[in-house]
Amino acid sequence: MAKQVQQLDRVVIRFAGDSGDGMQLAGDQFTSETAVFGNDLSTLPNFPAEIRAPAGTLPGVSSFQLHFADHEITTPGDAPDVLVAMNPAALKANLPDLPAGRDIIVNSDEFSARNLAKVGYASNPLDNDALDSWRVHKVALTSMTIEALKDTGLGKKEAARAKNMFALGLLSWMYHRPTDGTLRFLEKKFAKLPQVAAANVAAFRAGWNYGETTESFGVSYEIKPAVMKPGVYRNISGNLALSYGLIAASRRSGLPLFLGAYPITPASDILHELSKHKAFGVRTFQAEDEIAGIGAALGAAFGGALAVTTTSGPGLALKSETIGLAVSLELPLVICDIQRGGPSTGLPTKTEQTDLLQAMFGRNGEAPVPIVAAQSPGDCFDAAIEAVRIALTYRTPVFLLSDGYLANGSEPWSIPDLDRLPQLTADFAVATDEPFLPYERDPETLARPWAVPGTAGLEHRIGGLEKADKTGEISYDPANHALMVGLRQSKVDRIAQSIPPLQVDDPSGVARVLVLGWGSTHGVIDAACHRVRRRGIPVAQLHLRHLNPFPADLGGLLRSYDRVVLPELNLGQLALLLRARYLVDVIGINQVSGMPFRAADLEDSLWDILQGVDT
Amino acid sequence: MSLDSVSLDVDLRALAGVPKTEVAQKAKDFKTDQEVRWCPGCGDYVILAAVQGFLPELGLRRENIVFVSGIGCSSRFPYYMNTFGLHSIHGRAPAIASGLAASRPDLSVWVVTGDGDALSIGGNHLIHALRRNVNLTILLFNNRIYGLTKGQYSPTSEIGKITKSTPMGSLDFPFNPVSVALGAEATFVARTIDSDRAHLTSVLRAAAAHEGTALVEIYQNCNIFNDGAFDSLKDPETRGQWLIPLEHDAPIRFGADGSLCVVRRDGDLCVVRTDSVDAAEVIVHDAEADNPSLAFALSRLPGQDLRYTPVGVFRSVRRPTYDRLMADQIAQAELTGDADLGALLRGQDTWTVRATASA
Repeated sequence: MAKQVQQLDRVVIRFAGDSGDGMQLAGDQFTSETAVFGNDLSTLPNFPAEIRAPAGTLPGVSSFQLHFADHEITTPGDAPDVLVAMNPAALKANLPDLPAGRDIIVNSDEFSARNLAKVGYASNPLDNDALDSWRVHKVALTSMTIEALKDTGLGKKEAARAKNMFALGLLSWMYHRPTDGTLRFLEKKFAKLPQVAAANVAAFRAGWNYGETTESFGVSYEIKPAVMKPGVYRNISGNLALSYGLIAASRRSGLPLFLGAYPITPASDILHELSKHKAFGVRTFQAEDEIAGIGAALGAAFGGALAVTTTSGPGLALKSETIGLAVSLELPLVICDIQRGGPSTGLPTKTEQTDLLQAMFGRNGEAPVPIVAAQSPGDCFDAAIEAVRIALTYRTPVFLLSDGYLANGSEPWSIPDLDRLPQLTADFAVATDEPFLPYERDPETLARPWAVPGTAGLEHRIGGLEKADKTGEISYDPANHALMVGLRQSKVDRIAQSIPPLQVDDPSGVARVLVLGWGSTHGVIDAACHRVRRRGIPVAQLHLRHLNPFPADLGGLLRSYDRVVLPELNLGQLALLLRARYLVDVIGINQVSGMPFRAADLEDSLWDILQGVDT
Repeated sequence: MSLDSVSLDVDLRALAGVPKTEVAQKAKDFKTDQEVRWCPGCGDYVILAAVQGFLPELGLRRENIVFVSGIGCSSRFPYYMNTFGLHSIHGRAPAIASGLAASRPDLSVWVVTGDGDALSIGGNHLIHALRRNVNLTILLFNNRIYGLTKGQYSPTSEIGKITKSTPMGSLDFPFNPVSVALGAEATFVARTIDSDRAHLTSVLRAAAAHEGTALVEIYQNCNIFNDGAFDSLKDPETRGQWLIPLEHDAPIRFGADGSLCVVRRDGDLCVVRTDSVDAAEVIVHDAEADNPSLAFALSRLPGQDLRYTPVGVFRSVRRPTYDRLMADQIAQAELTGDADLGALLRGQDTWTVRATASA
């Protein structure tokens, strides 16, 4: 029977199951297939902080959403077109997000009385009219997987574990995904367990063949590759791009990379990734705590390494004192804060932009620290290099802000041309005939010399006590303290001179409202602005890379608009800074739910605000 | 018995990677132009002089020596050493020094800390530095009091200590730094006293020679807030009867003409008159024993009044250092791995979009 093939321009799929069902793996693989096929894509993994919450319960549900299209997209999609639900809990937890009329592919084997009871279903929703508003495809995923693997020698329980690959095979068939990558991946992942590798491959193929032969699925879909700028592409997550950015910066500067870190969600993957790259001379130091992580990094910075520490909100709180010391020592240090929901332990696996003020002010004394923010998974690469540039040029600790959404989300990434990466220089101090002055400053940048141990004639002693101008000796002199406070602030302020002019996106050229953003909200703000423009109201869009210091032209630019609207995943942290600095009446759109904005919600909020503006 | 005879093989393997000076050094080469600002009569002066006097022996280039400290009176030490120096924040010196030493095997890295800095606020970093065994020498000045904050009890103060913050006496039981270090898997642990320059120097020599993290507890008198804390170990009247000099591979005898000795009774070490036991019963000190039990038992000998305090090297064993293992892993990876940045960025799965592509 020849099956119908339908053309689509975009699809949002959500895989949902138990934490142990392998949904993240299935989602990742589907993403890889989609990336290689050439669609534009954006992903949103969403999982509980618990490693294995009680099986079959609502808190244990893990999901992976993927939006892919034949055109440029910037968000993981507001609502799924297809929900793959591996059990009743996954169905119940995700159904509220699924608009009527969309598809549900459900593993009917798991709808036992016991599993239904666990999530409070009085009767089986597959047997009554509860799902009448949707197109339900009941698939006996578990039993068909076991059946397909009956000759592999695996027990039923082991065989059933490959059901995520059956589901992946079915979805791969439905959307005409290339499968070579997945087959290669499975062979490699289970290279030491050939029986398991064979079982997963068999389950994947069985899922594909099921789609091909069953009458339950009469239609398959094609989503043509997206038109993208010429180049070589790969799929990349934010934490991976950030890690690569640091390695590239190490290579460009000629400085060995040293990471001092303590594991913390969602930053740990950077430690994992960098620990693999010892061939690049990367030293990773898993410290006893967050404080030792940054302490070791600062020690390495004193020794002339490209020093980095990685953390998330609670860890950043612990690092505060050492960051203050780095400010005082004026040594290069990159502090990567992969923000998550707070306060306190908060929501380890969810995303927020709530650490901006902690990065800005979370220290004693006048202790300015530059802040750079990444705006998309791939952009974490460029943001890391920019953070290193500022740290090395100005001899200062620098914050690199990412968040859980960027860290785990992924997108196609145009692999950069190595020769076009910024040149970074270390520029260690050398001895001269003059006595060495550790706090003598570069007249342009106000940076002090980076005098590393092992250089004869540069022996010097410095610390967290206030230092005399130029000599760096201990000084309690009031005038000197005022001078040094001013110098440290001026040095950070001068970074603004090295920031290129801001580029506002305003296709109309006449917009009176500026939609401003920073960090991971770029994609969704972009989508919301497009939608508002399509509805006939011109808006300008600007996304900030540098949050401290602000770009020199920001104030004038903000004042040139009638209204400035600022969506943030916090209660208005950047808005507070902008209002204080520029006396501009910034209008916030704020959400602190642990989840990214949805484009439709943001569009509505923007629309409401625009109604009150004479455009 | 002389206290200056700590005899361990000094092969300076620990400092093999540190460039040597071609010009003979003197103590004054290690002095800075900074006015030393400890209280007159502070034990820190003696330790500073001993370190400055001893470093020329190592013959290392000054620029390859780094002193890292935390916060407290002792932590001002780096300002007075004409080497590289880093006066950091409270308790964190071992962590900072670990990062420096792990990334720069060509440096001789020293940590100067106190009982509050190392054992209170920085206790976590101290124990992890010890087990990790980065090539560091930690000098822990123990005066059993908080000096810089003006006289509160410290984690090594004897229980019941009357201080500004404990007018009715302190309630918490003190740490024994040597026991802590041994429990933390330290590969080198020693104790010495500020008043005995020769012994102090001999212990410093042994610590410098040790490859890995060496902890040296130095009993140091704070003549302002805890004066005389170690007088019983210094007073000629009691010193001979109370102080037990440890010498590797030698029977542990002390007191006038070795009249006292250490033996094992019912599983515990105790002090008895030498003439009351068979010579074979006297415990022979073995600092190089793989098992730290004897060293630990020795560390438990003194009571709170410090009677029967062993000094010298408790433990000195070889274990691969963190920095060396780290360097080995990198060397191995560089040998077998491909540091091709372009290939790294491309990864396994790429696709090409051509300028002519249409979709």
